[in-house]
Amino acid sequence: MLELKNINKNYNKGTVNEHCLFQDFSLRIEDDDFVSVVGSNGSGKTSILNIICGTIPVDKGNIVVNGEDITNKQDFLRHRKIGRVFQDPSKGTCPSMTILENMSLAENKGRPYNLGRGANKAKIQHYQDMLRPLNLGLEDKMHTKVGVLSGGQRQALALLMSTMTPIEFLILDEHTAALDPKTAEIIMELTDKIVHEKKVTTIMVTHNLRYAVQYGNRLIMMHEGKAIMDKSGSEKDQVQVDEIMRVFNQISVECGN
Amino acid sequence: MTLLLSVLEQGMIYAIMALGLYITYKILDFPDLTVDGSFPMGAAITAAFITKGLNPILTLPISFIAGAGVGAITGLIHVKLKVRDLLSGIIMMTALYTVNLRIAGRANLPFYNIRTIFENDFLDSFVPEAIRPYQTVIIIFIIVVVMKLLLDWYMSTKSGFLLRAVGDNDVLVTSLGVDKGLVKIVGLAISNGLVTLSGCIFAQQQGFFDATFGTGTMVIGLASVIIGTSLFKRVTLFNVTTSVVTGSLLYKGCVALAISAGLAASDMKLVTAVLFLLILVISQALEKRRG
Repeated sequence: MLELKNINKNYNKGTVNEHCLFQDFSLRIEDDDFVSVVGSNGSGKTSILNIICGTIPVDKGNIVVNGEDITNKQDFLRHRKIGRVFQDPSKGTCPSMTILENMSLAENKGRPYNLGRGANKAKIQHYQDMLRPLNLGLEDKMHTKVGVLSGGQRQALALLMSTMTPIEFLILDEHTAALDPKTAEIIMELTDKIVHEKKVTTIMVTHNLRYAVQYGNRLIMMHEGKAIMDKSGSEKDQVQVDEIMRVFNQISVECGN
Repeated sequence: MTLLLSVLEQGMIYAIMALGLYITYKILDFPDLTVDGSFPMGAAITAAFITKGLNPILTLPISFIAGAGVGAITGLIHVKLKVRDLLSGIIMMTALYTVNLRIAGRANLPFYNIRTIFENDFLDSFVPEAIRPYQTVIIIFIIVVVMKLLLDWYMSTKSGFLLRAVGDNDVLVTSLGVDKGLVKIVGLAISNGLVTLSGCIFAQQQGFFDATFGTGTMVIGLASVIIGTSLFKRVTLFNVTTSVVTGSLLYKGCVALAISAGLAASDMKLVTAVLFLLILVISQALEKRRG
């Protein structure tokens, strides 16, 4: 279980551009939840992810994971239990290293990076079996540098890599936003499959309202640092894209954009 | 012949330093000026120990370890105190100037006629007279090959993978649950270990320590790395470390040619700098043409 308790977050504190994003913001995410988070730009979606991952500090409040307060834990330590996929496909992989090297690196997460052999040739078969269902032809490119792959291929690889080791949370930060519609579809299906197979608690930020409705068991709409809509279970199942679109347009009009 | 031998000797000695700079400049994208201080530190340590009668072979690991320590301090200044990369190096370079003088005891410390890794009773006992002139170059060659292979091996380990990853995409390193700052510190330590080792061998080849040995180390190293990596990019027979070593030999050869064409030895640093500028411009043009 993940809890954000009474979070306060100001940007540009002490300057004329001071902007209060979160004021006493709380959120509770149960184990095995697959939460979709939607909202306009600047509504605080990505900030929630950054706060959970420790990329940005909070001014006040606590972040609690399974009863442990991780508010002051360093980002890289938190990531030992978190898998994260970014909007930018190049952030989840190493461009100058091959697919084999990238996957070897990811599989070693949680274990010491010592003087043992970096890439285990005996694992190639195993990695190829993981890549084959993607139908992207990656299984034949084990020794190709990731930098020459397309954005969709890289993102698929990044998604696989982020979930190769046992993790408690999967954080998806608009991970289909930079892809063409068809590739985005493939990545979303892969995401859903992984989430169900690994039973990992997932938080997905997206601008695609259809994905938010179609996938996951809970939907949150953020606006100006508040969750103005939070539907889960059977309530979420009945939500239609049109309904969300209506609410979304309403808040956008209020904001004047 | 003497000129060729001296180019080969010095080119290969500097190649070890260039391997170190390859780690910081190419892999970590860290312009590490510490090397202008850690290279002469290797020479100072060597001169101090050899004149006190220590076995010259031992100066090699001692220099490497001392250099690694210095590199780690640069890394700590950058990572923990959040000082910019260039400034961290400049601070260390300046501080090391004094440290080197303290180690050697004075600005110039010769140790001619004292045994070194190139001239000692052990070698005299079995090396035939005919090979004597090539003794130094052969020993340096062996050390360079060993260091190159060691670095190649390290780059293929899990730890080496992390080092490559941190320069490539440090966000991924954080995602893997690893402190990227620590990886940078390790990289700087290995790099400066190599640079200091290079300074140690340089002093033994020259037969003395001089406080000015370090000036231009960065430029020589960068020139070698850039020549190596841009010229031999498409040569599949050469892996990256071989390219850097070859780059160093080529660069030293160019400088030697320029000097032997009628310039004075005191023009060396100017030649070094101008050649470096040329190489930068040419390599940029090459990059552009390749797209």
